Amino acid sequence: MGIKEGLLALLATEPMYGYQLKSELENATGNGVDLNIGQVYSTLQRMERDGLVEPGVEDEEGRVVYSITDQGRATLARWGDRPESLAQGRDELSIKVLLSIHTGALDPNRVIEVQRRETMGLLQHYVQLRSSSEDQDLAWQLHLDRLIYNAEAELRWLDRVEERLSTVALKATASAPTYEQQEVKR
Amino acid sequence: MSEPILKMRRVGKTHGKGAQRVDAIIDIDLDVAPGEFVAITGRSGSGKTTLLNIAGALDEPTTGNVWVEGRDLGDLSRKELAQLRRISVGYVFQQFNLLPALTAAENVAMPLELDGMRPSDARLLAEKALAEVGLGGAGHRYPDQLSGGEQQRVAIARGLVGPRKLLLADEPTGALDEATGEAILQLLRDRCEAGASALMVTHEPAFAAYADRVVRLRDGKIEEISVRRPVPSSTADLIS
Ligand SMILES: Nc1ncnc2c1ncn2[C@@H]1O[C@H](COP(=O)(O)OP(=O)(O)OP(=O)(O)O)[C@@H](O)[C@H]1O
Ligand SMILES: [Mg+2]
Repeated sequence: MGIKEGLLALLATEPMYGYQLKSELENATGNGVDLNIGQVYSTLQRMERDGLVEPGVEDEEGRVVYSITDQGRATLARWGDRPESLAQGRDELSIKVLLSIHTGALDPNRVIEVQRRETMGLLQHYVQLRSSSEDQDLAWQLHLDRLIYNAEAELRWLDRVEERLSTVALKATASAPTYEQQEVKR
Repeated sequence: MSEPILKMRRVGKTHGKGAQRVDAIIDIDLDVAPGEFVAITGRSGSGKTTLLNIAGALDEPTTGNVWVEGRDLGDLSRKELAQLRRISVGYVFQQFNLLPALTAAENVAMPLELDGMRPSDARLLAEKALAEVGLGGAGHRYPDQLSGGEQQRVAIARGLVGPRKLLLADEPTGALDEATGEAILQLLRDRCEAGASALMVTHEPAFAAYADRVVRLRDGKIEEISVRRPVPSSTADLIS
């Protein structure tokens, strides 16, 4: 997500100051968006230039309230209607696993084993965090759910790779005469 | 460290004979400490149920020794084994094994009554265990009047009822939806935090993650995958 869309969504509810926007965005996403205030202001300036928001008058503490424009609402609606593309699986882990299988330069089973330990540890950690989270902290819990599903998907994929590799290995040995077949021939 | 509730040393099991021989598990060493929750994962046929049955004295190992609460199962008489199975160990089987002629509450109360508890007391504990698995009020129904997931929860209540020290569960979440499964896992955790120990078989990573320790069976051998770490005071490192 761009910070832009997050700010637009918040401003669509009511006009806000920069600091308010930063903390609201962090709350709303269960701290899923990591922000510094400088990024918020520079984004607001760009959005103002593009006609998505407009600043009000500065108050005596030097704070400026921003509000959303019609053009800003239209941009927000377009973002809402646009599907996000799924991660393409061309991440470091996939590449490592696929390369290890293709080249044989690394042992794929070892890669799988190491990754499984890591990800299972992380999954335990997420589950523990979710159990100890407060019921009212919905954004945080939903964020953890997402992390849990991602970790789960990765573990399932690792199992699948391992399973496929072992059937490939089995077929390779099956095409050579087995021990019993050799015994029978003798 | 205190004496483990369950201790297995060099445990092996060979099913069948001759050409049909299957070395289901080989040389397994496993300890479950008091209050500990251990999950076993592994592919179908990797020996999970075999291991659990041996841990619970439902099957005898071909090699090695098993201790439950410090007692070597190999030294126990048939009667002592039966007593251990009734009093110390709670089982949740892969198949629910509910008796169709008994109501849900009667199914749950049965192990307690076999222990010699008064039926009315057993009945009260059974109702409480059913409530814990979200089936308060369904005690009068027969197994064929319950959905698959509800039958499974009755089987879980039966495994958890009374003061069991070692809980053995084989895919306890198989027929459950995710939310109910999570509730059951939390229940197992709570039991362990209250002092019981649990050994659970599951192939669901997200359920295994509720355990303190996750082990994996592969080709009859055991390997440790992961141990739960304490929750850090700051969670900020997780989400950047
Ligand atoms: N009574 C038996 N006689 C012969 N072979 C058996 C017997 N019980 C199990 N086996 C074999 O032992 C191996 C381990 O079986 P086990 O039931 O322990 O696997 P599992 O890991 O529980 O599998 P699943 O996930 O499918 O329940 C399998 O190859 C199985 O075919
Ligand atoms: Mg099994």
